[in-house]
Amino acid sequence: MITKKLLLYFPECETEKPIVYKLVKDFNLMINIFRAKVTPDEEGYLVLDIGGDEEDIEKGLAYVRTFKVEINETNKGVRWDQDRCTACGNCLPHCPTGALHVPDRGNMKVVFEATRCIECLSCLRNCPFGACSSLF
Amino acid sequence: MKTYSEINEKIASGKAIVLTAEEIIDYVDRKGLKAAADEVDVVTTATFGPMCSSGCFLNFGHSNPKMRISEAWLDDVLAYSGIAAVDVYMGATQLRHNDPANMYYPGEFRFGGGHVIEKLVAGKKVQLFGLSYGTDEYPLREVRTWFDINDLNQAVMVNPRNCYQNYNLAVNCSDKPIYTYLGYLRPNMRNLTYCSAGQLSPLLNDPFYMTIGIGTRVWLAGAQGHVYAEGTQHAPSTERNEFGVPTGGAGTLALTGDMKQMDANFVRGVSLKGYGVSLALGVGIPIPILNETILRHTTVRDRDIQAPIVDYAKDYAQATGTVLGYLSYEELKSGEVVIQDKKVKTGSLSSYSKALEIAEILKSEIREGHFLVSEPITPLPKVQEMKPLLVRENDA
Repeated sequence: MITKKLLLYFPECETEKPIVYKLVKDFNLMINIFRAKVTPDEEGYLVLDIGGDEEDIEKGLAYVRTFKVEINETNKGVRWDQDRCTACGNCLPHCPTGALHVPDRGNMKVVFEATRCIECLSCLRNCPFGACSSLF
Repeated sequence: MKTYSEINEKIASGKAIVLTAEEIIDYVDRKGLKAAADEVDVVTTATFGPMCSSGCFLNFGHSNPKMRISEAWLDDVLAYSGIAAVDVYMGATQLRHNDPANMYYPGEFRFGGGHVIEKLVAGKKVQLFGLSYGTDEYPLREVRTWFDINDLNQAVMVNPRNCYQNYNLAVNCSDKPIYTYLGYLRPNMRNLTYCSAGQLSPLLNDPFYMTIGIGTRVWLAGAQGHVYAEGTQHAPSTERNEFGVPTGGAGTLALTGDMKQMDANFVRGVSLKGYGVSLALGVGIPIPILNETILRHTTVRDRDIQAPIVDYAKDYAQATGTVLGYLSYEELKSGEVVIQDKKVKTGSLSSYSKALEIAEILKSEIREGHFLVSEPITPLPKVQEMKPLLVRENDA
């Protein structure tokens, strides 16, 4: 059993299909949706964890690829701009999973670990320097 | 014992021994105070954080025909123009025209004076829109143009209050979230914000202002600026602990420097949701080690520095003066503290990491002979309290 965090981009034409339902029912996958913005007649975004056997995940993703849905495994919906970040640390108490954290309390540098991010967007609201942004 | 000129001779010849305020702690532990005081010439201190009482004077030069600008906006942010014809003052906390502020609470405050100043230092083009009533010798009534910092005759940062010696720790004891200049504070004390570089902070390393005074050369966001006055609200008569660390804000500095020499990494616009805009600045101040006492003060460490916990929902807003307790910067920097048996997560608006970077830059500049220390022209007041505003019924 493995888990993958993915960002799916739905072009306008694919927003009406029950893709997530199929992933659960036909491919035996566990879906945990972090954040979604899928509006009929508009493009949509979906950030989710897909869990299951590696083989099932591959099959499920192959199914998703038969549509025009783009699967992005690296760039998630929340971006952290290291150059904008001043490492003030105002985000730290508001990040529920510790995706934004300080590995070394000696130099107090802030890092962003995208795999731990659940896209609650609290960093967007709390960063005084606009270092965090959302794709959607 | 050393003098300013002896230290400057060593700096000029590239032989000065310079350490940061962090490095000096272990150094003195190892070598002992006396030996270290003989060896070390300068200790560099630094801080980086929002400093609202900041801004800059700009001189545009004259248009043809000439104009006596009486109202001015830079990227739609109002600049003060109640001075000479083509001089303005851009303040850090000025909001952009038409910003709804907190009308739709909490407001976003995306752009303001601090962001204009950041753009200028970064060399970006800024729009000037100016209006005038017109006079015989200044006939032009309206101007709209784009300029960058190199087009200006002068761009001088003049900050009435920077480098607060110590600062409140903000919590929210109410049952509703609040938005403050120390960030978003969740109800029932679920988080705390501090704002000081602690053991690196300039005035905590010279708590009685023995070397930092009016005329002291400082590193202001990369430029060589100086202290031009005591900062507003300078209140050194605050209670102090055995290390001279004040239990509250205490001393402040008024700083000035040439913006054309600044580095945009250390001049950053700030947006605080529900509160407003500001400017975050990097400041470095060298402390010449004239004697053992001055050196001993620079060995102050995070665990020796306590700051007061203040409830920003009630006690700050209502100026009750109530302090809920004290915490050290060692505890604060760990990420979690305990207040009244409750675990509270800490965040900061002051970047220790950037302060370290500045202390290292200043150290290199001094070692390479590019940055000399200066003796104050006038010391800062050592006894002074902060007065509240009396709201009177009439002028009697």
